[in-house]
Amino acid sequence: MNGLFGRLAWSDLKLFETFMHGVSIDTLVAAGAAWMVVLGGVALAAWLTWARLWGPLWRDWLTSVDHKKIGIMYIVLGFVMMARGVAEGVVMRTHQATAYQGGVLSEEHWAELFSTHGTIMIFFVAMPFITGFINYLVPLQIGARDMAFPMLNQISLGLTATGAALTMISLVVGIFETGGWTAYPPFTGADFDPGPGPDYWVWAILLSGFGSMFSGINFAVTIYKMRAPGMTYMRMPVFTWTALCTSILLTFALPPLTVACLMQALDRYLGFHFFTNDQGGNMMNYANLFWMFGHPEVYILILPAFGIFSELTSTFAAKRLYGYTSLVLATMAIAVISFCVWLHHFFTMGNSATVNAAFGIATMLIAIPTGVKVYVWMATLWGGRIRFLTPMVYMTGFFIMFVIGGLSGIILANPAINWQVHNTQFIVAHFHNVLLPGTLFGILAGVHIWFPKAFGFRLDERAGRITAYLWIAGFSLTFLPLYIVGLMGYPRRSAAWDDPTFLPYMIVCMIGAILLAAAFTGLFVTLWISVRNRASLAVPMGDPWDGRTLEWATPAPPPHWNFATIPSIAERDAFAREKAEGRPYVIPAQYRDIHLPPDTPAGMIVFLTTTAFGFAATWWIWWLAILAAVVLVGWVVVHSFRNHPEVVIPAVEVKRVNNAWIEAIELAQGGITRDDEDTPRNRGYAATDMMVAS
Amino acid sequence: MSEENVHPGMNLGYHGGEHEAEVKVFGFWAFLMSDLVTFGIVFAVFGTMVTATAGGPGPEEVTNLHSVAIQTALLLGSSFGFSWASLSMKYHPGQRWRTLGWLAVAATSALCFLIVELIDFHHWTTIGAVPQRSGYLSALWALVGLHGLHVAGGLLWMAAMTGQILVFGLTDDIKSRVTRMGLYWHFLDVVWVGIFSMVFLAGVA
Repeated sequence: MNGLFGRLAWSDLKLFETFMHGVSIDTLVAAGAAWMVVLGGVALAAWLTWARLWGPLWRDWLTSVDHKKIGIMYIVLGFVMMARGVAEGVVMRTHQATAYQGGVLSEEHWAELFSTHGTIMIFFVAMPFITGFINYLVPLQIGARDMAFPMLNQISLGLTATGAALTMISLVVGIFETGGWTAYPPFTGADFDPGPGPDYWVWAILLSGFGSMFSGINFAVTIYKMRAPGMTYMRMPVFTWTALCTSILLTFALPPLTVACLMQALDRYLGFHFFTNDQGGNMMNYANLFWMFGHPEVYILILPAFGIFSELTSTFAAKRLYGYTSLVLATMAIAVISFCVWLHHFFTMGNSATVNAAFGIATMLIAIPTGVKVYVWMATLWGGRIRFLTPMVYMTGFFIMFVIGGLSGIILANPAINWQVHNTQFIVAHFHNVLLPGTLFGILAGVHIWFPKAFGFRLDERAGRITAYLWIAGFSLTFLPLYIVGLMGYPRRSAAWDDPTFLPYMIVCMIGAILLAAAFTGLFVTLWISVRNRASLAVPMGDPWDGRTLEWATPAPPPHWNFATIPSIAERDAFAREKAEGRPYVIPAQYRDIHLPPDTPAGMIVFLTTTAFGFAATWWIWWLAILAAVVLVGWVVVHSFRNHPEVVIPAVEVKRVNNAWIEAIELAQGGITRDDEDTPRNRGYAATDMMVAS
Repeated sequence: MSEENVHPGMNLGYHGGEHEAEVKVFGFWAFLMSDLVTFGIVFAVFGTMVTATAGGPGPEEVTNLHSVAIQTALLLGSSFGFSWASLSMKYHPGQRWRTLGWLAVAATSALCFLIVELIDFHHWTTIGAVPQRSGYLSALWALVGLHGLHVAGGLLWMAAMTGQILVFGLTDDIKSRVTRMGLYWHFLDVVWVGIFSMVFLAGVA
């Protein structure tokens, strides 16, 4: 029995937590969460069976190598995981509001919550969002048909899903680690926590980390090698530039995390002494390795959001981006400097004053290119004809809030101040203040902009705008008070507090968290309303916002092959120029057959084997771990011996689809002006504002 | 963008395959750069742990320069053999046995390298230099072992490539794969030169 199930026991099932440890709020939360995962999974499976969707799901999505579908799947994964992350946030804020001399949750459960919340929000929400956007947009923006390595792209998605699956499984079986998202040893080492928690973390992060590294390589090669003729580097859309910088960071910043995870695994499984307290182990190596990854990671997450904000300002102000070159240089500068600041995450952990000063200065330096960006966006908006649609609401929230978050970062960059506020709620306020208004608002604005491109209809404006305001209000109430209690000395990650003056702030935080939950729900309400009204929101002609870059020069949704003929690019903002000169939507002189990569189950095979491996390794089920590894390697070898002929789309089919689209545009007899942008008259054919289009 | 003759070493049989080969080879270079960072990090950790012997065996005890010299010769010999395989692939694509023969030389040499390395590992366990003994030994085993695992993975890859050459012949696809495997193989040599000098030579210097 022991050999078959390793160290797994019935008592590890969280479903029966209330029976094992008595009924309390603590056990109800744990058991309730486990039941939600199980019942949610069962309900989804039942619905798929009832609607007979397993076949289409497998054929059209899970085995597809189309970058657009993979991008959408990444974003869906991000939203699923975000549901858990937001719920955890609400539970944590509720606990903290009651935590005067002890709260409703047990200390262990509290520690597990802040660890999973951080891990999930960074690795399985923000990362899938960013990778999803890059996946969807980059080939369209550079005039390519797909990624450089479509199958590897699918495998990356599989590995990311593995990490997400392992953290979800940990909610039902056993316990996740309790040492925060950074999982510092020796607290997470075998001496202090021999349980399955840190092992779940190690395998979830290690396996999804490989996926991220492969994504980085794939994106970088795509941008370097797959651009359409004429698209020189300085003609690339800004989002593609930020994607390139993020890819470079992914390629070089993931190895330290991989090494840290592997060494932690060696410590825990084989008794090595990398990070232990005794026998020459040195946990500072872990801190350095983790943050050598962790700091570039911050920019991995924020740079593409900056890219979205850049596209957004120039589109919704109907102006060419002011200072394109400065913005590109600033992005590259941030990418490079981001590798030189990691030590500011542990100023207090025994470095000399000189070292701290050097890293403090480097950290302050990074504010310069970031400041350049803020000025670039302001100058772009200046004098433009701004339309205040939902993306612009997010942009406004971002502008004000992100600057506050950035300024608190400058304060923290000073080692002397950092010593005073480190490990307090001030830090929690700071990083939420850059990640929510920065990355999340960017992503949500991006969803509003590109959803019509991906699905053929706009999102409802009113619901979208209300949701955006809810996000801004919820964020402000939840996190701005933490600056104050942080300065008052409230330590982060503490299960209880002793100073009654914190109470009013904590109640405000809890109300804010409930608003954030409402905002998250608002996203789905928006989606629901939009799906119901999709006929009047439809924009099949593909250009609802008078877009400037190549992805808008396709129907919505774009065909599998993206472009009927590979475009030839003569300058920046190619599509805007074509429209300004009155020559968009030309029927090409000749159509050719299009070759596309074939579908493959590779991603699913990698997902299933690595999930089995990660679970088995966590619970010491060695036969399963070996079996999964052998199956994976064996499948790769067998796969390499098979021929994989490309899918050929005949020229007549391309011609039929493309001509139908262009004829529809010609029949529309002139596009709609920006005044009608949010009315049913917007069918995705934009009359461009020629005065400011260039 | 002129892409003619970007990979003359592959001697692709027709015009037009260069772009695909270029994308794949460039992608593999990017992977190797990432892998190089991985090795670099493990080297750095090793560097911080050289003195963390915790009273256990140190560099003098674990370094057997005689054995390390043999390993170096075998691994460099393997790379040399692979170079001949690449040249055969370029100049004699019709005679796949030439390529396969040189691949066999490279594989045998690398297999011998692994065997000698395993003998060293065994010796270390007999003198109590196991990774559980100290931070230094953990780092040593991890660094040398990571390289050894890369070589073992490369051997598996080489076996699969041999099968593919037998099944498909030296097609453009196969040539591109052999080229990438060559990059990997020479890369492992470069890493070994680092291990040879920074772990073993520096250890007894």
